[in-house]
Amino acid sequence: MPRLSLWIIRAALVYLLLGITIGSLLLAHKGIPFYPLLWGWLPAHIELLLMGWIVQLTLGVAFWILPRYWQRPRRPSEQYARIAFVLLNVGIWLVVAGTTFRAGVWVLFVGRLVEMGAVLFFAAHAWGRVVSREGA
Amino acid sequence: MPTLTRWFIKSALVYLAAALLLALLLALPSSINLPLFVRFMNPVYFHLFLVGWVTQMIFGVIYWMFPIITRAQPRGNEQLGWVSFICLNVGLLLRVIGEPLVAVRPEVGWGWVLVVSALLQWVGIVLFVFLAWPRVKEKYRGG
Repeated sequence: MPRLSLWIIRAALVYLLLGITIGSLLLAHKGIPFYPLLWGWLPAHIELLLMGWIVQLTLGVAFWILPRYWQRPRRPSEQYARIAFVLLNVGIWLVVAGTTFRAGVWVLFVGRLVEMGAVLFFAAHAWGRVVSREGA
Repeated sequence: MPTLTRWFIKSALVYLAAALLLALLLALPSSINLPLFVRFMNPVYFHLFLVGWVTQMIFGVIYWMFPIITRAQPRGNEQLGWVSFICLNVGLLLRVIGEPLVAVRPEVGWGWVLVVSALLQWVGIVLFVFLAWPRVKEKYRGG
């Protein structure tokens, strides 16, 4: 597993822990109410698990496992994937700030924009690696 | 494919089918008389899909395909994996029963079912992350 995948997948696992902790508190609160303000954390629960866990894990595994080139660099345009990793994580926290912490609608908008940038950078990296065995 | 992976993946497929069946029921027009508790099962649908299907499928594949730790104990403590699997599934099933029940009959006092469900799912996932963490590594090269 390449070093960048290590970072991406470890980050995904951390987001899974954060997201499930919030989710468990929300579910327990639904059963026996103890802190009504918890409902404000629902968007963070969703964001951390959908973007932080599922999307990030997918990108980490894709970077590792998609076909590599015969010549070096085996994984082309790696810097694009690195940028995607940074943008995705900045985007996630901006979205959390914009929703759960009510930092403002523009923070949320910029967060989504940064996440979109992450996806485009990752696609720019991965596009050429989505090939058949013959390289077609 | 290790036995634990087979259980994770087959359970995931069952949850996917269950989620889609529930989605089908939820999509029926309100003129059709369904038991009241079905109308409160939207969150159950999401979690059958995202915990039961997506997360369990991922767990099964991680346990199977991530780099091994050592030849002697390739996938870490397997018993921990089974405890994780049982906690996650019992927790999720308790949610399936408890969430609509609490919504429809809040006076009955079944809220503790959701607390137990939350705790079991949390423990199941924390144990799996603990099990998977040492396997997020470069390829095993012996030694």
